[in-house]
Amino acid sequence: MTAPATDSPTTQRPKVGTELLALRGVTKHFGAVAALTGIDLTVHAGEVVALVGDNGAGKSTLVKVLAGVHAADSGTISFEGQDVRIHSPADAQDLGIATVYQDLALCENLNVVENLFLGQELRPARLDDVSMEVKAWELLRQLSAKIPTVRIPVASLSGGQRQTVAIARSLLGAPKIIILDEPTAALGVAQTAEVLNLVERLRENGHGVIMISHNMADVLAVADTVAVLRLGRNNGFFTVGDVSIEQIIAAITGATDNAVTQRASRRDPATPETEAPPDATTDSTRDATTDAGESDDTASARDDSSSNPTALTSEKE
Amino acid sequence: MTTAPPKVPQGAPVASDRLDERLQAREGLSGWVQSWIDRFRGGDLGLLPVIVGIVVIWTTFQILNPIFLSSANLVNLTLESVATGVIALGIVFVLLLGEIDLSVGSVSGLSAATVATLFVVKGFPAPVAIAASIGVGVVVGLIYTLMFNRFGVPSFVISLAGLLAFLGVQLWLLGEQGSINLPFDSGLVRFAQISFMPDAVSYVLVLVAVAAVFASGFYNAKARRDKGLSAPSTNGLLIKSGALLVGLGVATWYLNRDRGVGWMFVFFLVLIVISNYMLTRTKWGRSIFAVGGNAEAARRSGINVNRVYAWGFVVCSVLASVGGILAAARLGSATPATGTGDVNLNAIAAAVIGGTSLFGGRGSAWAALVGIIVITSITSGLTLLNLSSGYRFMVTGAVLLLAVALDSVARRSRASHGKG
Repeated sequence: MTAPATDSPTTQRPKVGTELLALRGVTKHFGAVAALTGIDLTVHAGEVVALVGDNGAGKSTLVKVLAGVHAADSGTISFEGQDVRIHSPADAQDLGIATVYQDLALCENLNVVENLFLGQELRPARLDDVSMEVKAWELLRQLSAKIPTVRIPVASLSGGQRQTVAIARSLLGAPKIIILDEPTAALGVAQTAEVLNLVERLRENGHGVIMISHNMADVLAVADTVAVLRLGRNNGFFTVGDVSIEQIIAAITGATDNAVTQRASRRDPATPETEAPPDATTDSTRDATTDAGESDDTASARDDSSSNPTALTSEKE
Repeated sequence: MTTAPPKVPQGAPVASDRLDERLQAREGLSGWVQSWIDRFRGGDLGLLPVIVGIVVIWTTFQILNPIFLSSANLVNLTLESVATGVIALGIVFVLLLGEIDLSVGSVSGLSAATVATLFVVKGFPAPVAIAASIGVGVVVGLIYTLMFNRFGVPSFVISLAGLLAFLGVQLWLLGEQGSINLPFDSGLVRFAQISFMPDAVSYVLVLVAVAAVFASGFYNAKARRDKGLSAPSTNGLLIKSGALLVGLGVATWYLNRDRGVGWMFVFFLVLIVISNYMLTRTKWGRSIFAVGGNAEAARRSGINVNRVYAWGFVVCSVLASVGGILAAARLGSATPATGTGDVNLNAIAAAVIGGTSLFGGRGSAWAALVGIIVITSITSGLTLLNLSSGYRFMVTGAVLLLAVALDSVARRSRASHGKG
């Protein structure tokens, strides 16, 4: 966890394994609603982190915090070892965090090229449409995109084609971290496979990828680490390979405090050995302080998962 | 939808943007006509309906009164259209953002009053008076921006308040005199009333414009071919340029039979060309279309949406000010009536008739030109028929309704053809 990050910001892509992004205790409130409470998350170069959780778990809010749509209320975000503040989408872009939203955020009245280069057009005072179109084709071919022409408004594209455009756009700024918000939710079989291939390619290129997904098959297919959110809090980190779909789903639904699963986990030696999260001490102290005002339900679910050593939290490595 | 087998000529390299086998080959003149028909059926009407409208209106008025299409009347028509046309150009910018400015008439009246007061009453030099008057437009735009961005007041309400408030300021400025006459020998009035391009200059300008269109088209096509993209054929470009040359040449010749092409009208055309370039060929313009299409998407793309709104309101108010100055110059005086009455709605109607969508993200700078020509033609034709302004309002209202109805039908057609 203390991998030496490059001290000076260079254009050179960091070596695989260095820590790109680290969140510590990130909290976000919308009025009286605590959307995120004390979120920790670490993303390394060349690592695919799947962010899973039930509806309302805070996945999308976390993505928006990272993308600069919402600023975090408290907590620290460090990028390549340096503390940073992300107050606007431009901040996130400058750092090298690209986001593909669930709703894709495309302008339907603009065509594919215009959408791809929106906000980062080549030659601002006299747009270089030719180079942009060439680059657009390169990106789309790289994704094996099934888009007949890039000169039509995005409004006339299908859902899968729009997803492809959105992902292609995220690659334009040569980002270090790419956040995919349910990238396969609206895709057909072939395109889902294509997007998962693409995620593999992003990892091979040393990008850090944060992928939100509800599809456990996709998660296990491409992710290295699974971070579970529940009711706006961390509810376990799993390493893909020594975890089953059932265990992830148990963490997602909060079934870990269920008497049956507790007994099963006590009895079943095959359960992967679990350790406390990397910063267990700070974690529990934070629990003690922030849980005071929470509902009993939330507090007990959280307490169980952090105090019970057999809870399904396993540290990476 | 039947997919025809790709008609790729063997051996010929296919442009990299025409590789998809679902794309049907549309080559040569027939292909150009075919793709044009496709676009039209798909609801992408462009400027066609309004040009058809102009032809219908002109034919009708010409039949009713043979003076209508005379050179003298058309020269008048060009000059009359400028002031409101410049205001309509400003409206295009706010409409593209999906917002509205109802106060352009009042702002133009206020600017007219400002320039007349400073120039005539206070005795400042004309450039200072004009600059101050345009400054009024900047300030108005910034006030709207503040209200819109900071307080989130809908632009409809902001500008409705501005409509009243700035009319009030205009009346207060003119209060002592009632109306201020601009000296007839001042450059401003001469510019708007009696300065016309020499014939030779006008033809040279036509040639330069056509050459510029051809050159930009040619080099763009060349750049596309060099990068392996498909490009329009040079023949098509030649035909297009030739048609433009004939059209502009005949129009100029016809106007030159009378007084000619007014410098004020040229000024309007230059404003439109600049606006068109800014809107279509710069990052700035693209951000306006993006915000009008999907403000949230634009924001997430790193566009400073608030700044884009600021530009929209300021450009609109500044153009309203310029329009007001031109109106005062054309009339030779700034009166309490300058910018009141139908100026506001004519400007908005012109932008909409020209094909700018009221819902943002769709339109062009040329909309202001063709739209204002429709409106001014109606005004001019009905005036020639000695009909009261009551008829003018009725006809203009009907045309506006027709234009919006057409836009709505086209929108539905776009939706059914999957073009949003």
